[in-house]
Amino acid sequence: MTQTDFIKLVMPFKDKVFRLAKRLLVSNEEAEDATQEILMKLWKNKQKIAEYKNVEAFSMTMTKNFCLDRLKSKQAQNLKIVHSNYQDNNTSLQSQVENRDSVDWVSKIIEELPEQQKIILQLRDIEAYDFDEIAKVVDMNPTAIRVALSRARKTIREKLTNTHRYGIK
Amino acid sequence: MVLNSIEKLLEKYDNGETSIKEEQQLRAYFAQENVAPHLESYKIMFQYFNNTKQELYTKDVPLKPRKSYIYQWISVAAVAVLMLGILIPNVFGEQETTVETVYTEQQLEAYNQTKEALSLLSSSFNDAASSVSTLSLVSTNFEKGTEKVNHINELAKTTNKLVKKNKKSKN
Repeated sequence: MTQTDFIKLVMPFKDKVFRLAKRLLVSNEEAEDATQEILMKLWKNKQKIAEYKNVEAFSMTMTKNFCLDRLKSKQAQNLKIVHSNYQDNNTSLQSQVENRDSVDWVSKIIEELPEQQKIILQLRDIEAYDFDEIAKVVDMNPTAIRVALSRARKTIREKLTNTHRYGIK
Repeated sequence: MVLNSIEKLLEKYDNGETSIKEEQQLRAYFAQENVAPHLESYKIMFQYFNNTKQELYTKDVPLKPRKSYIYQWISVAAVAVLMLGILIPNVFGEQETTVETVYTEQQLEAYNQTKEALSLLSSSFNDAASSVSTLSLVSTNFEKGTEKVNHINELAKTTNKLVKKNKKSKN
């Protein structure tokens, strides 16, 4: 497999890897490092990945495991990942400042969700994976995924309506 | 789209039962400007999802083609061969220089014959040397004999002188 073949293979999902990493690790730099790490690993094993049927699902699983390991080692070192550089590139869609603040708020709510729900929500609502693909990545059965997804969605909306009503931010 | 059907879809959505297609419908609905006020919280959620989806990984990945280490291995092999070349003669050298392994039987026979002939020659040479040494012994004895004869001569001279003096004093 040449370099161009590899890039062609990886291009479609490298952003998804990055977004999942960012969802879990929060900071932009951490997510970039993780993505780079994942792509390097894939490149190293390029002979093997050519045989896989679903490289994307495989890479997402790798990303999930890698990020969870990262988080674990961070906790062990007693370091807290600081959410410092969150930025929306596309706020121009929303002209209202108030609205943008609320959109920011969603990411903060998601941050507080359990890791499993974060991953599932990310894969479903942002990357629009179907349940079979999610099942491969998180290694759960579809019913359990549905339940986790429903919980995550309800939690977000509950907290959102609370902030809207009481103005807690 | 009718608000009623959207609300139904949202209920399904909250329970995690919507299909990808239905979710796309919801997305499309919430992407527009005017949304029913009681659905505002959904709008924020879907806006957020949309925004996040546009985040891209912009960094370059340094992909190095895998280096072939063949030249390094060749040098390693060369060093190994060199070391073996030095070591083997040292370790196994003694065996190779022994007579039995190198020469054939004919050569060995010839070698033994010459050895015998040489030893014969050397033994006769030794005999000759011993007879020569007896000769030298004889000659040393002879010299001693002549010395003694000289002593006798001296004695004879002195006795002659004494005899002459005695004759003169008698006269």
